[in-house]
Amino acid sequence: MSSFPWLTALTLIPLLGGVVVIGLGEQKALARKLTLATSLLSLAVTLFLWGSFNAASGDLQFAEQHDWVKSLGIQYRLGVDGLGLLMLLLTAIVTPLSLMAAWRNDDRAHIYGALVLWLQAGLFGTFTALNFFHWFLFWELGLIPAFFLIKLWGGPNRGPAATQFFIYTMVGSVALLLSFLALNLATGSFDFIDLAAMAKRGEITTKLGDALGWKMLSYPTLVLIIFGGAFLGFAVKVPVFPFHTWLPSAYSEAPSPVTMLLTGVMSKMGVYGFLRILLPIFPEQVRMVLTPLLWLAVLTIVLSACAAFAQRDLKRMLAYSSINHLGYCLLAMFAAASVATGVNAPELQKAAALNGVLLQMFNHGLTASALFLFVGLLEKRSGGLRGLDDFGGIRKVVPVFTGLMGIALFSSLGLPGLNGFVGEFLIFKGVFPLASWAAAISTIGILVTAIFLLTLIQRVFCGPLNAKWAKIPELTPTELLLVLPGIVLMFVLGLYPQLVLGVIDATVVKMVQQLNF
Amino acid sequence: MLAWTIYISFAGVLVLMLLPRDDARAARKVALLTAIAGFAVALIGAMQQGNPGEIATITKCSWIPALGANYHLAADGISLTLVVLTGLAAIAGILFSWNIEKRAKEFFAFYLALIGGVYGVFLSFDLLLLFVFYELTIIPKYFLIARWGSTRKEYGAMKLALYSFVGSHLVLIGLIAVWVVAKGQLGHASLDLMELSKVAFPIGFQKWAFPLVFVGFGILAGLWPFHTWAPTGHVAAPTAGSMLLAGVVMKLGAYGCLRVAMVLFPEGAAMWSTTIATLAVIGIVYGAGVALVQKDFKFVIGYSSVSHMGFVLLGLATLNTVGLSGAVLQMFSHGIIAGLLFAVVGRMVYDRTHTRDFNDLETMGLSKLLPFASATFVIAGVASMGLPGFSGFVAELQVLMGAWKAFPTAAVLAGVGIVVGVAYTLRAVQKAFYADGEETSRTEGTDDHAMEPITVPERVGAVMLIATSLVIGLCPSLLLDWIEPCLRSELFQRLLAKGGAL
Repeated sequence: MSSFPWLTALTLIPLLGGVVVIGLGEQKALARKLTLATSLLSLAVTLFLWGSFNAASGDLQFAEQHDWVKSLGIQYRLGVDGLGLLMLLLTAIVTPLSLMAAWRNDDRAHIYGALVLWLQAGLFGTFTALNFFHWFLFWELGLIPAFFLIKLWGGPNRGPAATQFFIYTMVGSVALLLSFLALNLATGSFDFIDLAAMAKRGEITTKLGDALGWKMLSYPTLVLIIFGGAFLGFAVKVPVFPFHTWLPSAYSEAPSPVTMLLTGVMSKMGVYGFLRILLPIFPEQVRMVLTPLLWLAVLTIVLSACAAFAQRDLKRMLAYSSINHLGYCLLAMFAAASVATGVNAPELQKAAALNGVLLQMFNHGLTASALFLFVGLLEKRSGGLRGLDDFGGIRKVVPVFTGLMGIALFSSLGLPGLNGFVGEFLIFKGVFPLASWAAAISTIGILVTAIFLLTLIQRVFCGPLNAKWAKIPELTPTELLLVLPGIVLMFVLGLYPQLVLGVIDATVVKMVQQLNF
Repeated sequence: MLAWTIYISFAGVLVLMLLPRDDARAARKVALLTAIAGFAVALIGAMQQGNPGEIATITKCSWIPALGANYHLAADGISLTLVVLTGLAAIAGILFSWNIEKRAKEFFAFYLALIGGVYGVFLSFDLLLLFVFYELTIIPKYFLIARWGSTRKEYGAMKLALYSFVGSHLVLIGLIAVWVVAKGQLGHASLDLMELSKVAFPIGFQKWAFPLVFVGFGILAGLWPFHTWAPTGHVAAPTAGSMLLAGVVMKLGAYGCLRVAMVLFPEGAAMWSTTIATLAVIGIVYGAGVALVQKDFKFVIGYSSVSHMGFVLLGLATLNTVGLSGAVLQMFSHGIIAGLLFAVVGRMVYDRTHTRDFNDLETMGLSKLLPFASATFVIAGVASMGLPGFSGFVAELQVLMGAWKAFPTAAVLAGVGIVVGVAYTLRAVQKAFYADGEETSRTEGTDDHAMEPITVPERVGAVMLIATSLVIGLCPSLLLDWIEPCLRSELFQRLLAKGGAL
């Protein structure tokens, strides 16, 4: 345990950076540079934390704990394990990439920069907080910058898209808040770790029942309702079918660099919430409704892939594809929470599944941001057009672009050798023994994904050259520099996933132990 | 020491009356100095108070012995919280009225008289004294709206005054009844709150006396369905008037509900708590719903006040420590936030655009013309939504926790109210400042230069209020350390025993 409050410092860097940047109204270039510098500083600190992380232990590290409002059980408590650290790293990597992708955007650069930095602060805070009060603070804090980023720089339909995004998420958040208030009433604690420990001892149900005492309801039903509220909060964020309808509009109306952030990192908040909060605190309830939950995961995977196939707008297609990829995470998480009788070495399978979830979160974050980055570059060259049928045969004109975007697309497809494969492989490896039927149906998702991604490649890059684009410029050296790190990482993580697995494995084993009782 | 808040305010009134007629600048300065002095005294007095759980008597001297009325001023944690709120709101209101030219000295004289009366209510521990100060505030309110207001000012002023009078006379009947019954029980006449709080009034008596007094005060607190004076009155009032009305005066009603009705009649409160909770929740959801469909910017804020006061009343109805604590904290928090919202709508926007209609505002591109106002309104809006980090979140947190224990359905419905709150706030933000019109105000080139920039007093006022909400949102212990010990004092024991302590 380090005595320097690294995690607080990490969250403060973008927070204070944003305050400074927003004052630089006149000096746009300076504002942009300062924003980028701040985000690179965060990246440096995160890499340092990655380096000093003790991978052999699954415990929380860099912990900080102080009393805040004693009478309500509110503490300022931070800490990261492998999961938290992985998410911090993802945020720290995607943010500078997103900023560089928006480099040409001069319009109110100081506000844009500040909003991105505050969003980053909200994300850092969410992934490190261990007490509901300030976890919720950062969870909500991220919404405001996201709303304005969509609203002020987005596409033609940005107003309704931004509003829908905000209100939808708020509904989920209010439900989550109510559930946690009920929990605090019953247990006196807002602390995630304490609550998880209580859940493991089976105390949550009795305590909730005693405290709330709604005469008509039995204790299990009561707790199921509270669970439902918390579930809704995270389900909207991931998103889980059928709470996903805000996503395609929000992702497609936002400018591509902002979508990189939305899909790359914000979507992981929901999955993180499931892993850190919902599963440890309500494992019994998850088991009670396991089959419906698995069905929701399966539907999320399959239906979103089919919806992506039906899209004509590249960004909407990739938006639905995002939902699909996170559906695999849901599948694995729910399967890992199951009782798993009659399974050979269930801990091993569950560990595989959860390792897959974490890898998938990281890899998808990387790949999806890269894909939206490429679409953004395409939009720049086409003057805003991004329809599936707007292009054609452009590989003849921009072979390097085609090659690199092709790599990203194949990674999204799950081609072995690229990063996207490892996560999905581990997920299926783990889920097949635990919930075979769900895994079997979900493979349809992989098939349909392959179909629409290959269709994308065929329509946009192959075939006869669309004369309109005979002169579009190839990737400039700066753009190449922007794109290459992501591509390289895709290969590296595809061929040597141990880089990440080495750090997260101990944490995953601990998670499985938490869920095993 | 704290009594000086009252005396300084009224002294300020006297000084203002002596100033020459048209000297607006001197009037403003005198008013501001008085308000700052009052606030400073409030803070110092609050710090000096050793134990907020105790009721510290400031002055007690005999007034009308035949009635058992004393001039009794005292303060406990709840009084302190509200006195500090009054001080802050008073200063902010004056800063946002810096541009009043027409009969400025009379404006500020009425303003300070209102403040003095409010301080008096929060510090009175004698029922007659409380009532006198309570009534005293109605007259300045009427004139502030009727002379310096805007939309339908005479109607708004009259409606507000009449509703207030009806309310206070309901209270008066209740107080007389209390006096009579207490005299029988105690053997001597008394109007002292401490003494009367120990009297066990008969249940049958409480059954009708409680709703009488509670509704009497509740009218001013915006209890649904008696709230209809509030949107009209707030819209009609000048900016500082709205800030005070929504920010502080509505809290007088809620304070009266707690300090008088609930403390004197604990069994009555328990009997009627479900009804109050129902009305409160209706207020929350209805207020928010109506705010969602308004065409006038200021009406949105007016109805939002009704909705937020619903949280206060819900907290009161829960009859447990965390709910009551949340109610008092919400009184403070909403006082600050409502002040901020009205300041933006009234002073920053309306005084420049001369319109509050969303259809007009949409075409003006205010986010580019008035960036400070836009940013302030966004911050005020998210604070009003209950975003964590601001004071409203902690208050709503406590109220909802209290509601979970006492009225679970109310908690869920209040949650719905929060979501609707998000919706109307977003709508107001978008329509007023960030409207999507592709052609914004560039066509009205001359108007660009007609918008004066946001002045220094406005900026100071805005920053002051935002900072307060942030500080309390991040360090709620500052106020909770006053409120919670106070709820454990003997005054509230009978009441909390009814609700099941938390």
